[in-house]
Amino acid sequence: MPFSCDLGGERHSFEDLKAVLAAASPLRSGDELAGLAASSATRRVAARWVLADLPLKVFLSEALVPYDADEVTRLIIDSHDAAAFAPIAHLTVGGFRDWLLSEAADEAALAGIARGVTPEMAAAVSKLMRVQDLIAVARKIRVVTAFRSTIGLPGRLSTRLQPNHPADDPRGIAAAVLDGLLHGVGDAVIGVNPATDSVPAATTLIRMLDELRGAYAIPTQTCVLTHVTNALTIMERGAPVDLVFQSVAGSEGANAGFGIDLAVLREAHAAALALGRGTVGRNVMYFETGQGSALSANAHHGVDQQTMEARAYAVARAFDPLLVNTVVGFIGPEYLYDGKQIIRAGLEDHFCGKLLGLPMGCDVCYTNHAEADQDDMDSLMTLLTVAGCSFLICVPGSDDVMLSYQSLSNHDALYLRSVMGLRPAPEFEAWLQNVGIAAPDGSLRALADGASPFVRQLAENLS
Amino acid sequence: MSELTPGEQPMGEQVMGELWARLRRTTPARIALGRVGHALPLGEVLDFQLAHAGARDAVHAALDTAALAAELAPLPVLQVASDAPDRATYLRRPDLGRRLSEQSAALLAETGGRHDVVFVIGDGLSATGVQAGAARLLKACSAQLGDLTIGPVVVATQARVALGDPIGAALGARVSVMIIGERPGLSVHDSLGIYMTFAPHPGRSDAERNCISNIHGAGGLSPQDAARTLGWLLREALRRELSGVSLKDDQTPALPFEDPGRA
Repeated sequence: MPFSCDLGGERHSFEDLKAVLAAASPLRSGDELAGLAASSATRRVAARWVLADLPLKVFLSEALVPYDADEVTRLIIDSHDAAAFAPIAHLTVGGFRDWLLSEAADEAALAGIARGVTPEMAAAVSKLMRVQDLIAVARKIRVVTAFRSTIGLPGRLSTRLQPNHPADDPRGIAAAVLDGLLHGVGDAVIGVNPATDSVPAATTLIRMLDELRGAYAIPTQTCVLTHVTNALTIMERGAPVDLVFQSVAGSEGANAGFGIDLAVLREAHAAALALGRGTVGRNVMYFETGQGSALSANAHHGVDQQTMEARAYAVARAFDPLLVNTVVGFIGPEYLYDGKQIIRAGLEDHFCGKLLGLPMGCDVCYTNHAEADQDDMDSLMTLLTVAGCSFLICVPGSDDVMLSYQSLSNHDALYLRSVMGLRPAPEFEAWLQNVGIAAPDGSLRALADGASPFVRQLAENLS
Repeated sequence: MSELTPGEQPMGEQVMGELWARLRRTTPARIALGRVGHALPLGEVLDFQLAHAGARDAVHAALDTAALAAELAPLPVLQVASDAPDRATYLRRPDLGRRLSEQSAALLAETGGRHDVVFVIGDGLSATGVQAGAARLLKACSAQLGDLTIGPVVVATQARVALGDPIGAALGARVSVMIIGERPGLSVHDSLGIYMTFAPHPGRSDAERNCISNIHGAGGLSPQDAARTLGWLLREALRRELSGVSLKDDQTPALPFEDPGRA
């Protein structure tokens, strides 16, 4: 297989398939850090010409990360669905891009090929797509999952309520939950990142969230984002676990860096399913990912960070998750340097996740050592919502006081639902209206408005 | 749970205002900000921008190592630097922040030693936090370790967490404890984290460390509570000869929370 092309009288050659992918990737600091980025802008375009002419099938015969050395590669290859792949098997990567944008690639056709697309194919085609292409195709794809609420239906935008507290104080967390609920946030999950690794602390939070949810019959799911091995211990001890959370990455080595492998995920998936706590569905897993995690664990195998990220979606896909989101700007400027890189990466991740059939959301976020600000987040959240993103993460006032980074605010969810005419998950929307947080027309009451019986009950209980 | 019976009056705005004021005292999070249409009120927008500016400034501050060494006295202090020559390089090249400069590696090789514990204080992403609280935290930690032998305190600039690996290895530490400035948030610019690694050596993965994070005075862990947790983890690490995910912090946590006020 030749990996070269002639452009303007100059010959551009690439050593192997992963070198083509890396050079074709839009510029980002993580690939520069890894020494994988194209050495010039011209060479980047040359790599895209080469990539466009490669057959999709090449990714089935040439593993970027060796099959024998990596269980994620084995998962990708062994679970590849040849029948689902058949309609696109004759295409080149460039041809695949054109097909995705064509009218033939409608919702049903895209759902049909999902299990035939490997992460490497998704990553490859994304490198040939402009931002508008990533949006246009992702918007056509619907992935619906459910537990106590239904995520991903047309005309809906769900949100994770993230009520983190620097010392895991249950009262402070409950206050932030209330603030989120009164903004109509929390239909994807009420999910806390605990400040400590402790099993007892996580158990306390799980019980508190479950009591709160149960007391007000809120049709959503709760999650304490503790390590999967903690979740197994906590489930063994009989605590009410709705969703099992885990950060996952695109290689066996990177997952080892997280202290996990596929076996422990399988064990946790089975344990959570056995609890049978879902009412409208049985998707019990919640995964987070993010470009740069494989390189950060030095387990990227010389593969560019966006392709490694897409491979993490193969891990997620194996466990029928309720929610998957990229924490796109969390990892820092050494992987995604500025607002431009974060925006592009968020849209790539959403596109690749959806193409592979995942209920893809995004933590639209940045850290204080990245060259980004609120204007960049406004841009990304608006673009993602146009792209049909399943859910977004919201924290009070954009300020996560435990993890020390900025995500979206509860207000941002109101803005997005308003300008795009979107509504929360149907079960949650009905609940908001039943308890009087939302008026019958769906508009939310002001925080200081005591007219709602729900707010009155809470006032009595929290006083 | 009582239902609101028909005819009952809704609660007044004043009552709700008092409720929200009480809830705000339970968390440093930005709750109950109010709305203008669907947007934040302008005062909150500018308050956020000011906090972001402060955090950006903390990221780029330099650690005054002489002042820190004076505060640590009479403890012996070794000063080292990572292989990242400046802040701009440090931010883009974490690999350089994980290894010692040639000169520092030589200094530590010459020092050598054999200790149960070696403490490293690294500037990380908030020299502001390290300057303000690392010496006090270190003293609280060492007070928990009574009978153990503790090596010289290593103060490291342009440091990442994993810089504790080559430092601990060079000084013959059974356990290395890195106290490091965490990435500044909006509300807190001076949070510290502790990373404990059994048998430190270059190549340790993050899953082989135990972390105690969010140590600061604005509603985070107090130095005393962090030190108690470290004391327990460290003795377990020495007893079981491992650290990381297989060493669970399974004691009942003591996470205090006092009226924080917003930064």
